[in-house]
Amino acid sequence: MTSFSPRNRTRLLLLTSTLALAGCSVEPWLKPYERQNLADPVMAFERDAVQTAYMHHVFQAREGARGAEGGGGGGCGCN
Amino acid sequence: MARKVAVVVAVAVTNQSARTLLALLAGLVLLHGRAVAGVLPEERSDVMYHSYQGGGMDITGPSVLVRKNFLEKVSVSANYYVDNVSAASVDVESYASPYTEERKEASVGVDYLHNKTTMSLGHTTSEESDYDAKTTFFGISQDFFGDLTTISLGYALGDDEVRRNNYQQGSLLSSDPVGTVDRQNYRLSLSQVLTKNLIASLGFETITDEGFLNNPYRQVRYLSDSGVGTQSEVYPNTRTSDAAALRAMYYLPWRASLRGEFRSFADTWGIEARSMELRYVHPWNDKLSLEFKLRQYEQTAADFYSDLFPRQDAQNFLARDKELATFSNWTAGVGGSYTWSYPGSAVEQLKLSLFVDHMEFDYDDFRDIPSGRELGTGDGNEPFYSFSADVFRLFLTITY
Amino acid sequence: MSQRRALLATGLLLLLFISGVVVSSVQAEERKGPAPDFTLKNRAGGNVRLADLRGEVVMINFWASWCGPCRQEMPLIEDIYQRYKDLGFTVLGVNVDNDPKLADKLLKDVPVSFPVLLDTENKLSEIYQVDAMPSTIMVDRNGNMRYLHRGYKPGYELKYEEQIKTLVRE
Repeated sequence: MTSFSPRNRTRLLLLTSTLALAGCSVEPWLKPYERQNLADPVMAFERDAVQTAYMHHVFQAREGARGAEGGGGGGCGCN
Repeated sequence: MARKVAVVVAVAVTNQSARTLLALLAGLVLLHGRAVAGVLPEERSDVMYHSYQGGGMDITGPSVLVRKNFLEKVSVSANYYVDNVSAASVDVESYASPYTEERKEASVGVDYLHNKTTMSLGHTTSEESDYDAKTTFFGISQDFFGDLTTISLGYALGDDEVRRNNYQQGSLLSSDPVGTVDRQNYRLSLSQVLTKNLIASLGFETITDEGFLNNPYRQVRYLSDSGVGTQSEVYPNTRTSDAAALRAMYYLPWRASLRGEFRSFADTWGIEARSMELRYVHPWNDKLSLEFKLRQYEQTAADFYSDLFPRQDAQNFLARDKELATFSNWTAGVGGSYTWSYPGSAVEQLKLSLFVDHMEFDYDDFRDIPSGRELGTGDGNEPFYSFSADVFRLFLTITY
Repeated sequence: MSQRRALLATGLLLLLFISGVVVSSVQAEERKGPAPDFTLKNRAGGNVRLADLRGEVVMINFWASWCGPCRQEMPLIEDIYQRYKDLGFTVLGVNVDNDPKLADKLLKDVPVSFPVLLDTENKLSEIYQVDAMPSTIMVDRNGNMRYLHRGYKPGYELKYEEQIKTLVRE
C-alpha cells in the first residue's frame, strides 16, 4: 500500500490530459451497434443510487478509508 | 479503579471523520452516482427502509430519492434521509450509557447535459444534536473516443460545525460548539469500454480535512500508578487522504454480470487500507433479478492510535477510536428485486427490492473493555474486540 | 498545497471542457454518392431490396432495441411516414439487434407501419459505416445519399421533415 506522491499524481493527471487530447484522432474499436450488452441494465456499475449511497455510508462510518467509492460510464452510447 | 460513567449521547461512538463525510456521500453518489456523460440519468423515485443491527447498534430509517428530467437537458434530484440511532455499543458501554439519537440529511442536485458533457451541482445538509455538516458538490463528465471513454472530475467543499452536548440527569442542557471542519474532495475517474462485454473504470479521490477532527467525548486510556486513567483524545487538525480504485464489469453470455473492485487507501495519519469486492448479478427472468456480493476489507492503525498508552500524555496526538485501529472485516450480501412493467402508462415500472448483508469485524489492537470487565481479565488484557452486523435495505422503485 | 491542487483540478476541468467542445461530432451533414444497394429480410416476411425503390425518396433509419433515443423517435418517424408516403416516400427501419426478438418487443410497445428490416449480422451497418445510434440517411429518387443524421435529440424530426419535403419535390 503506497500513498500517491504529488509527483505520481501529477504524472497521472498529465497522462489523462494527453489521452483526452488524443481522443480527437483515435478510431473507436467498438461500433455503436455492438454496444447492446453494455447497454443492458445488468451492466450498470451502480443500479440503485439510493442503496449505493447508504452502503457507502455504512462502511465509511466504520472504516478508516474513504473516497473513490463511486463508479460511472458505459451505457448505450446513443447520441 | 475509577470508572467514569457519564451520560454521553449521540456521536460518542461514531468516527468524527466519517461523520464529516456523511453529507458528502449523498452528494457524490446520489447526485452523481452514474456518470454517464452522453445521456441524462433515468427518471425514478425510490422509497427505502434501511436497518443496521449489530455491535450494539440499532440504526434504522427511511431514505427517499426523487429524480425528474426536463427538456432532455436537465435532471433534478432530491433526497431525504434519516438515521434513528439506538446505541449500546462497545464505546458506549466502556465509558458511557446507552443513548438514542436522530440524524437528518437532505440533498438536492442538478445535472445539465450539453452534447457529450454533463455538468452537475449539488448541495447536502446533515443535522444531528451535536453535528451539522454542509457540502456543495461540482462535477463535470465528458464522453470521448466515440463514447467508449468517460472522464469525470468532481470537487466538493464541506463545512461542518462540531458541538459537545451537556447532559444533566438524562436531559440535554446545552450543545456547545467546540470547533469546525473544512473539507475538500477532489475526484477524478476514467471509465473505459474495453470490449463489447467488458468495461473498466479507474477512480481517484483526494480528501483534505482541516479543523476539529476528533470526537469531543471520546477518551483514551493510559497506564497509571493507580491502574488505568483516561484523558481526552487529541487529533492532528489536518488530514489528507488518497484513495484509488479499479473496477471492472463483465457481461456473461447467459445474461448476467460479474463486477470486481479493488480499492487502495492511504492517508497522512498513517492509515493504510485496501478493500476488494466481487458482485454477481443474475436476472432470473423478465421480472426477477438476484445479486450476490462478497467484500473484504483490511486496514492498519493510525500512527497516534493505541488501545492503552503507557502513561499520561504519552504522545502529542492520542486516539482510541476503533475506526483508526488495525482490523479487517468481510461482508457477504444477497439481494433480489421483482419488477412489474406497465409500458406506455404513466408509471412504466414498479420494482421491489430487498438486500441483506452480513458483516463481521475483527480488531487486532482494540480491546473489548465491557467483555474484559465481565471476564475479569484486568486492564490491557481484555480480549480483542469483534462484532457482527446485519444490514437490510428494502425499497420500492417507481420509474416514469 | 491545497491551492495547487485546486489549480490543477481547474486546469483539467478546462481542458476537459475544451476537448469536449472540439471533439463533439457533427450531428447532421450532407452525404454524397450512390447509396450502396442491399437486400435484407423484412420482419413482416419476404425481402426488401433498395434498388427496387428507385424513384422513391427513402429514409433509412438504423435503430436498436436498447437505444433510448431510437425508441423516442420511432413514433415521430411513423408520423412522418404516414404523412408523406403517398408522395413517393418510404421509410426503411433497419434493426441492428443480434437477436430479432428484442426488436419484436420494442415494436409491440411502439408499433410502426413502415417496413422494418433485420440486420442481425450487422453487415449493412458496416457497409453504411454506421457510427452513431440511431443513424438516419436520406436517399433521393436517383438512389443517391443526400443527408446523414447521427443520434437523435428532440427537434431532429423537424429537420427530417424539411429534408424530405425538399427531396420529394425533386
